[in-house]
Amino acid sequence: MSDCMIIDARDTYCPGPLMELITYMKQANVGDILELLSTDEGSGADVPEWVDKVGHEILSNEKIDGVWHIKIRKAK
Amino acid sequence: MPQKINIVCVTGTREKLQMAAMIASVGAAVGYDVTVFLSMNALQYFVKGFTEDAPSEGELGRLLSQEGVPPFKQLFQQAVELGDAKLLPCSMALDLMKITKAELDSEVGPPTGLTRFLSDAEDCQMFTF
Repeated sequence: MSDCMIIDARDTYCPGPLMELITYMKQANVGDILELLSTDEGSGADVPEWVDKVGHEILSNEKIDGVWHIKIRKAK
Repeated sequence: MPQKINIVCVTGTREKLQMAAMIASVGAAVGYDVTVFLSMNALQYFVKGFTEDAPSEGELGRLLSQEGVPPFKQLFQQAVELGDAKLLPCSMALDLMKITKAELDSEVGPPTGLTRFLSDAEDCQMFTF
């Protein structure tokens, strides 16, 4: 898997988007890039918090038209 | 050694089960060593084939039933599968309900007594719902 994988967790509430990200993260390989889409307001702060805590890398985090786009590289 | 979180679930209402499940799943995902002790009216939801919805305490509980809110059972399951959380049924409650571990969902661990639970829970964060 070399391209960015999109995880569409729009219209689910906390902690749905985070749990969905983690499910895919577990299956991904080190170096893979995943992009989480979320309409849950807290995701913009909460997901990077988890990413930092477990040691992956945030590549970008922006809200476009009410949807958080959070791009993460699996680091370990 | 990872920090431990202990959650005691005793109330069978939707808000409390949801909050407990959220803490369990996010805590386990972050890397905490999570243990959930299930007793009293919370245990019935983990009996195989039990399909009754947990009653709401108020408006928030009703809002939780809308689409897009992850059900508490799913969150507890993810806590076990993704973060190795332990769900431990209270042995006294099992006795009172006259059921055995075999009648509980597969993600539920071994029946546990209070002495064991309290000694495992020493010096750690404890949440009670």
